[in-house]
Amino acid sequence: MLEAYAPILILAVVSAVAAAGMVIGSHFLGPIRPTPAKRGVYESGITPLGNARERFSVKFYMVAILFIVFDLETVFLIPWAVTFRALGVSGFVEMLIFIGVLLVGFVYVWKKGALQWE
Amino acid sequence: MVIDYSTQLHYVLALLPETVLSVWAMLVLLLDVFQKGERSEASSPGIAWITLLGVLLAAAANLWLLTLREASPAGVIAIDSFRVFSNFLFLLAAALFVLISTRYLEQEHLRLGEIYVLVLLATVGMMIFAGSRDLMVIFLGLELMSVPVYVLTGVNRRSARSAEGALKYFLLGAFSSAFFLFGIAMIYGGTRSTNLTLIAAAIGVDGLGANALVKIGMALLAVGFGFKVAAVPFHMWTPDAYEGAPAPITGFMAAGVKAAAFAAFLRVFLTAFPGLWETWGAMVFWLAILTMVGANLIALVEPNVKRMLAYSSISHAGYLLVALAAASAVGAASFLFYLVVYTLMTMGAFAVLLAVAGPGEEWLDVESYAGLGWRNPMLGVVMTVFLLSLAGFPFTGGFIGKVFILRAAVEKGFVVLAVVLVLASLVSYWYYLRVAWYMWFREATADSPTVPAVPLGLRIALVAAAAAVVLLGVFPGAFLSLAERSAASLMQAPSSVIGLLH
Repeated sequence: MLEAYAPILILAVVSAVAAAGMVIGSHFLGPIRPTPAKRGVYESGITPLGNARERFSVKFYMVAILFIVFDLETVFLIPWAVTFRALGVSGFVEMLIFIGVLLVGFVYVWKKGALQWE
Repeated sequence: MVIDYSTQLHYVLALLPETVLSVWAMLVLLLDVFQKGERSEASSPGIAWITLLGVLLAAAANLWLLTLREASPAGVIAIDSFRVFSNFLFLLAAALFVLISTRYLEQEHLRLGEIYVLVLLATVGMMIFAGSRDLMVIFLGLELMSVPVYVLTGVNRRSARSAEGALKYFLLGAFSSAFFLFGIAMIYGGTRSTNLTLIAAAIGVDGLGANALVKIGMALLAVGFGFKVAAVPFHMWTPDAYEGAPAPITGFMAAGVKAAAFAAFLRVFLTAFPGLWETWGAMVFWLAILTMVGANLIALVEPNVKRMLAYSSISHAGYLLVALAAASAVGAASFLFYLVVYTLMTMGAFAVLLAVAGPGEEWLDVESYAGLGWRNPMLGVVMTVFLLSLAGFPFTGGFIGKVFILRAAVEKGFVVLAVVLVLASLVSYWYYLRVAWYMWFREATADSPTVPAVPLGLRIALVAAAAAVVLLGVFPGAFLSLAERSAASLMQAPSSVIGLLH
């Protein structure tokens, strides 16, 4: 039974070796000419202003958490849509229940005012 | 009606109490948010009674489960009297929570509909945790139970202690879930099944079918359960989480969550691993000894009554582990009996504690109880009943429960466990009776708290729980035979499942 997993093990080893090889190889083989711009936190972005460990408004966290919930909903919806015919009526009803539960949460969040930015 | 899980409808019927409770939780959530909108003020007081109605409906659905028969003992959702019995226990804990918490939540400005929703969802999780025969579904129930309880621990946002307890509980709880899940993976690797009955069939009656993977997986599962039931040495989170959580929620955690973890522990180990009892019996033996000795010794020097009750709940986990180690029909029956008594007396003790503690839980020291018996005889008498029962005094349910656990241990030859249990109980007399002594034989001083009148819901819950504890102590017969019949449904001969192997 365990032999069946050998390809996964080989894949894991090969990808680990390839990734490590690229990092190590470029470190030793590549030319290193540092300039102040290259050493910045974002080489091709805006120069950072102040410390990154600042306090953010809780509103950002709310949006992030709500995003995860509805993002995961799509993760479930897409495979369901692909196999829609095979799952038949029972699959349809199950998905309705799933969306119904999420809808209750959505109504709660809406009424609670978590979607308002102000 | 026979349930064989051939159609979707069978799942709905087998999970009817859970379905009722989940739908009710969503209903309460919507009702609450439509009533108060964006304002973060208190919900209407009716929300508690609506919640209680949902618990009663689920209890009725649970009773209806008895009319169902299952086609095979390997069904994903067990329909046996053990499940019905343990479901009633969890619903009892939820109902007691609603009754004891109303005034407390109001006084702490915590009367939020969300608390009731989370309690209902945690109860659904407990029912799935203890009622399933598939390790993946059991894990689902474990998480559905734990996540709401993590939130409930930290629900008092204005209290730093509450936040600290919640964070510790969450981190260690997530850690223990990882152990649990890893154990499931090992067992699946070793037996090619996550179904408890099929795992038992693969291992065989004599345990010869078990390889190292299964044994490691079993040990990891035991660690996961050990965290949830707070057995020493996996108890580190308990005092902080129990102290930080609002008192009624501590009661719910100590009674409901622990009962669910124990019921699932019993089901998993008796159904899946009867062939490996030689191995896990020894493991549980040492867990029980460590838990009984460790928790009782720490509780001796604990002046804070809330923390003392936390250690007391750990020590009771030790007594229940003794019944689990015995792994017999008598052991399982005494286990169920003790769980019921434990739920009643623990929730009762926490209810008195929160009545005495006052706003902000200021009065938690044992000194606060000085003269309580004379100032408020009702609270004094019921608290004395709960303390005597926790200590295991004759004519209380706690005593009878311990006697049956002792009998189960001795029958299996665990004389050492029986002796440790008796000694640990003797030690526990000191810290339980110290509180009772303060209540009746110490004069109240000027800075003793004034205990306000006890509201109706709390009074009903306290008197009913105390009466039940005494009743179970004086006339245990009828209830014990019920526990025996429920336990018997778990102890079917493993030979009957051999035919299930394909």
